[in-house]
Amino acid sequence: MFDGYTTSELMSIFAMQGFAGLSLFSVFVLMALGLAIIFGQMGVINMAHGEFMILGAYTTYLTSGFFQSYMPSLFGGYFFIAMILAFLICAALGALIEWLMIRHLYHRPLDTLLATWGLSLIMQQAYRSIFGAREVGVELPEWMMGAIQVTDLVELPINGLFVMIIALSIALGVYLLMYRSSWGKKVRAVVQNRPMAEAVGINSAGVDRMTFALGCGIAGIAGAAFTMIGSTGPSSGQAYIVDTFLVVVFGGAQSLIGTIVSAFGISQAQSTMEFFLSGSMAKVLTLLVVVGILMLRPEGLMALKVRR
Amino acid sequence: MNAAKTTSKDFLLAVEGLTVSFDGFKAVDDLSFYLDPKEIRVIIGPNGAGKTTVLDLICGKTKATSGSIKFAGKELTRLKEHQIVHSGVGRKFQTPSVFEDLTVFENLEVSYPQGHSVMGALAFKRDAQVIEAVEEVAETIFLSDALDQPASLLSHGQKQWLEIGMLLIQKPDLLMLDEPVAGMSVAERQKTAELLRRITKDHTVLVIEHDMQFVGDIADRVTVMHQGKVLSEGSIEHVKSDPKVIEVYLGH
Amino acid sequence: MKNSSPLKWFASREGLYYLALALLLVVILPLALDPFRLNMVGKYLTYAFVAIGLVMCWGKAGILSLGQGVFFGLGGYCMAMFLKLEASTPEATAIQSTPGIPDFMDWNQLTALPWFWEPFHSLSFTFIAIIAVPVILAFVIGFAMFTRRVGGVYFAIITQAIAAILTILIIGQQGYTGGVNGITDLKTLAGWDIRTDSAKTILYFVCVGMLFLCLFAARFVQNRKLGRILVAMNAQEMRVRFSGYDVAAFKIFVFCLAAAFAGIGGALFTLIVGFMSPSFIGIVSSIEMVIFCALGGRLSILGAVYGALLVNAAKSGFSESFPELWPFAMGALFIGVVLAFPNGLAGLYQTYVMPLEDRLFKRKPKADKAEPVSQKPVEKKDEGRDYDPMLDQYSPEKS
Repeated sequence: MFDGYTTSELMSIFAMQGFAGLSLFSVFVLMALGLAIIFGQMGVINMAHGEFMILGAYTTYLTSGFFQSYMPSLFGGYFFIAMILAFLICAALGALIEWLMIRHLYHRPLDTLLATWGLSLIMQQAYRSIFGAREVGVELPEWMMGAIQVTDLVELPINGLFVMIIALSIALGVYLLMYRSSWGKKVRAVVQNRPMAEAVGINSAGVDRMTFALGCGIAGIAGAAFTMIGSTGPSSGQAYIVDTFLVVVFGGAQSLIGTIVSAFGISQAQSTMEFFLSGSMAKVLTLLVVVGILMLRPEGLMALKVRR
Repeated sequence: MNAAKTTSKDFLLAVEGLTVSFDGFKAVDDLSFYLDPKEIRVIIGPNGAGKTTVLDLICGKTKATSGSIKFAGKELTRLKEHQIVHSGVGRKFQTPSVFEDLTVFENLEVSYPQGHSVMGALAFKRDAQVIEAVEEVAETIFLSDALDQPASLLSHGQKQWLEIGMLLIQKPDLLMLDEPVAGMSVAERQKTAELLRRITKDHTVLVIEHDMQFVGDIADRVTVMHQGKVLSEGSIEHVKSDPKVIEVYLGH
Repeated sequence: MKNSSPLKWFASREGLYYLALALLLVVILPLALDPFRLNMVGKYLTYAFVAIGLVMCWGKAGILSLGQGVFFGLGGYCMAMFLKLEASTPEATAIQSTPGIPDFMDWNQLTALPWFWEPFHSLSFTFIAIIAVPVILAFVIGFAMFTRRVGGVYFAIITQAIAAILTILIIGQQGYTGGVNGITDLKTLAGWDIRTDSAKTILYFVCVGMLFLCLFAARFVQNRKLGRILVAMNAQEMRVRFSGYDVAAFKIFVFCLAAAFAGIGGALFTLIVGFMSPSFIGIVSSIEMVIFCALGGRLSILGAVYGALLVNAAKSGFSESFPELWPFAMGALFIGVVLAFPNGLAGLYQTYVMPLEDRLFKRKPKADKAEPVSQKPVEKKDEGRDYDPMLDQYSPEKS
C-alpha cells in the first residue's frame, strides 16, 4: 500500500496523519479522563457521558454567541470563560443526576448502564428540541486560526495544538488531584474500602457525588475543546462513546497513565490507517484489534495484581 | 516433618514450597505442610498470615506462583476449580454462601455430584437416589425439618451448616472450612463441633479458626502461620507452649 | 414436571397464561387487525425472540449483552441473502452489466458473486446458517470472554463494540452487503411470493408458531436443573464454581441459546418486513432490545413477549403522532424500569394482579414452582458485595 509514494512523501504523510491522530487523541483523552474517573473509581458506567460533553459544547456555542453580540472586543478570550462555564454546568448537572439516579444504583452496575442510556436519549432529544437537529459550529477567535508551517509539506493547525495542550493540562490536573491532594486520597480510600473509609470519618456519599460531578465537569471541558476542532450536533456525543469506553477499558480502568497511553495508541492507529484504507475499514480494523486484545488480556494494558 | 518431603504418597494432601506473590508481596512464602487421611487439621495465625490464601490456593481460586499441591498423588496447581472439586476437594467460604432463592433441598440437590456438565444439567432428574442422599445429608446438618424452606429464611448458623452440607453431598475426601463458627452462638458452636467430629469419621478436614476453645475441641494437629510461613506445628499443647507462637499470636 | 399430562398443564395457572397469550396472538389480534397492522405485530414479535433470549441470558444468568442486534442481524442477513439471490435471476437482472448477481453488487462494479454468497443459493443451508452463524459467533465471543472470566459491564461494553464494528463493516462494504440501504427488493421464498397480503398473514402465523417453540424451549431450560444453575450462578458464582460446575460452559451455553433465538427472530423479521438493513444491528437498536426484556420483566419469558409488543407498539404510535416525544418516552422508560420496576410488568402483575386472581378463583395464594414470574428477583448479591468493576469477574492472579 506504500507504492507510489516517495520516502519523504511518506514521512510527511505519517507526520500529517500523526498530527490528525493527535487531535483525535486529544478528544479521546478529554472524554476518557472523565469516564475513567467515574468508571475506575466508582465502577459506574455512564452512557450519557457523550451527552455531557455535548452540553459543554453547546455551552461554548452559546457563550461565543453572547460574546459576539455583547462583548465583541473580548471575543479573543471567550473560550476560557466558556470552558469554566461548561465545567460548572456539567458538574452541577452531574451532581444532580448522581443524587436523583446513580446513588440508588451503586450495587447494580448493569442497571446503571441502562438508566444512563435512558438519560442520554432524553438529553439528546432535548438538544434536538432546543438547538435543532443541525450541527452548529462556533467561530474561532482570531489567534486560534491559521497554522504553523513546519516543513513544505507539513503544517500544524493552531486550534489542534491548543486542544492538545488543554487535554494534557487537564490530564495533569486530574493526576495531581487524584494522587497528590487530600481529596484524591479520600476518593481512593472509598474505592478501596468503603466501610473503612466511612469508619475514619470520610463522607463516602459526598465523595461519590463529587467524583461523579468532577467526571461530568471534565466531559464539559472536553465538549468546549471539541468545538474548536469540529461542529456539534445532538448526537455527536454518541458517536464517540464506544471508542471512549474502549480507550478506558483498554488502558486498564484504574490507571490514568494507561488511559492516556491507550488513547494515544488507538488514535494513532486509526488515523494512520485512515490514510491508506477507507475511513470505515480503518475504524473496523482498529476496533477489532482492540476488542481482540481485550479478549486476550481483559484486564487492560496497565492493571495491578491485587490480593483478595 | 521436613524429613517426609520425599514421599508425598502416604499423605492425602502434600503442600510443598507453595508461594504466591501479589506484585512482589509474598502472601504465602515457601509453605509446606502435610495432611494424613482422616485428620482434622486447624490452621491458626494472626490476621494477614495467609491462612485464607492457602485455602484459595488449594481449591484453585488463586493460582500459585510456584510450589506444588499434591492431593491423593494428583497435582492440583494446574487444574481448574471445578476439576479440583471433582477430584475430591470441597471448600466452604468464610461468609456463608448458599443460594438464597433456592430451598434447602434444592441447595443440596444442586451440589449433588451428578449432572455437572451443561447437557447433564439439562437431563438431570430428581430420582430416588438423589432424594435419599439429600435427606441423609440434611439429617447430618440438623436441617431435616427445613428441607422445603428457602435458604434465605435460615439463621446464620443454619446457613453455615447448609454450606457444609453442600460440601458433604459431593462426597469429598478433603473438606476445607474457613472459620466455620464465626458469628455463631455458643449452642451452635457446640453443635458445629459435634458435626465436625461426625464428619471426620470419613473425611479429612482442614479448618481455619480463631476461637482457641473450639480449636482445642476439634483439632488433631494445629499449624500456626505467620507472614506466609509455618511458624509452628503439632498438637494444641505443643503450639500453645511454643515461645514463638506466644510472641506473635497468643501473647496478644 | 409434576403435571405430566399436557391437558393438566393447560389447566394449571402457568398453562392458562400460555393459553391467554396464544388466544391473543392466534385469535384476537388476527380478527381485530387489518393485514397491514397484523404484519406490524408480526414485526414486533420477531423482537420478542431476542427478548426471550435476553431473559435467559441477562435476567436469569446476569450476562448483559448489548450486542443482541448482531445476532438478530446475522440471522436476518442470512435469510435476506437467500431471498436476494432468488430475486436476482439472470432474467430479472438482464439490464445489469453482470446479470445474475444482486443489483447492489452490480452498482458497485462487482462482476462475480463473492464466495460467501454462493452457499446461500441453497434453502436448507440458509435455514441452518440462520441459527449456526449467530451461534458460532456467540460461541467464539463467549469462549474468549467467559473462560477469562470477563463479565458484567466489561462484557456489555465489548458486545456493544462488536455491534458497532459489524454495523460499520456492513455499511463500509456495500458491494458485498448492500451498504447502508441493506438488502432490499426481496420477492419470493422458494417461488412463493412473500409480498402478498395472504403471504404476510401466513408468515405472521409462522412467526407465532416459532415464537411458541422458542418459548417452550426456554421454559424447558429454565425448569431443568440447568435453569436453577443459571440463577444460582448469577447470585453466587463462586459457590457454583466450587460446587463443581464449569461456570464458563454454562455462560457460553446460555449466550449461544440467546443468539440462536435472536437469529431466528432476525430471519423472520426479514421475511415479514421484506428487507434487512444495518440499522437493525447497531448500538441503538441492540440496546433497545434490552428494554423489551426489561419492561416485560427480566425474569419472565412470557413478559418478554408482552414487553416487545408494547414497546414497539408505543414506538409506532408515538412516531405516527409525536415523533419528537418518543426519545423522551423511551429514555424515561429505561430510567423508570430500572429505578422503580426492576421486575417489569411481570413483577407488577405478580404483586397486584395475582392476588386478585387468587381471590377471584378462590385459589390458595401459593407460589406455583413452574411459574416464570414466581421466581425471586433481582437485587444481585454478587454485585452487592464490594463490587470491583475490574477484578471480581476473573481472577487477577492469572499470569
